[in-house]
Amino acid sequence: MTGTVYTETTIYSPPEAFAGEAPYQLAIIHLDSGIRLTARIHGDPVRIGDRVALDEVHNSIHYFRKANLEVSHEHDPPRD
Amino acid sequence: MRPVAVVGTGKTPFGAFPDRDIRSLAVESVAKCLEDSGLTASGVEAFYLGNFAGPSFVGQNHLAPYIAAEAGIREIPCTRIEAACASSGAALFQAWAAVAAGVYDVVLVAGVEKMTSQTTPRVAEILAGAGDMAGEMAAGATFPALFAMIAKRHMHEFGTTHEQLAQVAVKNHHHGAMNPMAHMRKEITLEKALAGKVICDPLTVFDCSLVSDGAACVALAALDRARDFRAKPLRVLGIAQTSGPVALDRKETITSFDAVRRAGEKAYEMAGVTAVDIQFAELHDCFTIAEIIATEDLGFVAKGEGGRYAESGATSLGGERPVNVSGGLKSKGHPVGATGVAQICDLAEQLHGAAGERQIAGAKLGLAQNLGGSGATAVVTILGAE
Repeated sequence: MTGTVYTETTIYSPPEAFAGEAPYQLAIIHLDSGIRLTARIHGDPVRIGDRVALDEVHNSIHYFRKANLEVSHEHDPPRD
Repeated sequence: MRPVAVVGTGKTPFGAFPDRDIRSLAVESVAKCLEDSGLTASGVEAFYLGNFAGPSFVGQNHLAPYIAAEAGIREIPCTRIEAACASSGAALFQAWAAVAAGVYDVVLVAGVEKMTSQTTPRVAEILAGAGDMAGEMAAGATFPALFAMIAKRHMHEFGTTHEQLAQVAVKNHHHGAMNPMAHMRKEITLEKALAGKVICDPLTVFDCSLVSDGAACVALAALDRARDFRAKPLRVLGIAQTSGPVALDRKETITSFDAVRRAGEKAYEMAGVTAVDIQFAELHDCFTIAEIIATEDLGFVAKGEGGRYAESGATSLGGERPVNVSGGLKSKGHPVGATGVAQICDLAEQLHGAAGERQIAGAKLGLAQNLGGSGATAVVTILGAE
């Protein structure tokens, strides 16, 4: 499952249930299927417009991770 | 539909009142409203109460008759209405509709919330119930997080800056410092607002409204009965309530509140006015970005220009269209269930020329905008003095 970051924030004042996890990044992901999903971000922080891929679903929360852009660069034309 | 007027108002101060319970706050606002209007309790034909979360904040249900009876109002229909932070705006709309339709001639609409007896994390948890608990909130969102994501997107699309958001807080604190009924009566500087503790990036504590206790009440009457009462009647020229999805991720755009835009259009049409005719407004600044977006959705400025509009000083007392001269939710305070009716009280104060050093010269036409959740309920009301 892949998509693009529509918007995001980093939460420093978390709800009690997630108190031990702050700060954490929350984002609305615009999935390639066309729907939007509120999800959490693993790994490097993301910005609006970044490509992301689903990393895992844990306790019903979707965690996305920044897509590995180097993969797509493999298909770039060679530069000299 | 027949014309309806506001014939009286009453408010408690907003603040943290550890010695006051929810009923005593609401009853105080009702008693003040009865006195202001010249109505007697026995002359009230129906009682509407806006309250978001009394059962969660103080454990009390069945609040409408609980409050009405203590205020001496007996036997009539007493109904509580819940629509998150637009609870009393929604109650106002239902009350207006009943009078306009001829069901009643004279009704009271009150709003109340008692929030400060709970810890801050518990308050946040209760407020989260106004969002999608199975979706966004389960993923770890809070209301500050939702509005932070709205702010980020607005910045991305329109170049809005955090300085512009902070200007809203500085302005509303400036207004609130002059309001004896406000919760936080102190000025803040732009530097202080920008350097505040970050709650959800980019929003600092100074971008967020206050957790408050308080109550407000208005009396509505059919216009042909309005002159029986003491106060100068103020015409409800336009009013509309609209709705949209509760979850932020279900909205087509998050840089505009579609429900607010549609409520504004309907209220303008009913009143026969346009945005340029509105002299002043009480807008729902639950977060600074919300006031900026409201100025756009209501047509005060073009889409995307709200940040620059706030920065220009146009919305300050003395500017071309003062916004939140009461101090707004940011400084006056935000007892959520009371806010919608309190905004009407604040418009009435200006239209009666009773706002003291905050008075807008020649105030004749004002607008109030009340927002529930991240835009699932919107109520827009236009009041005019004769």
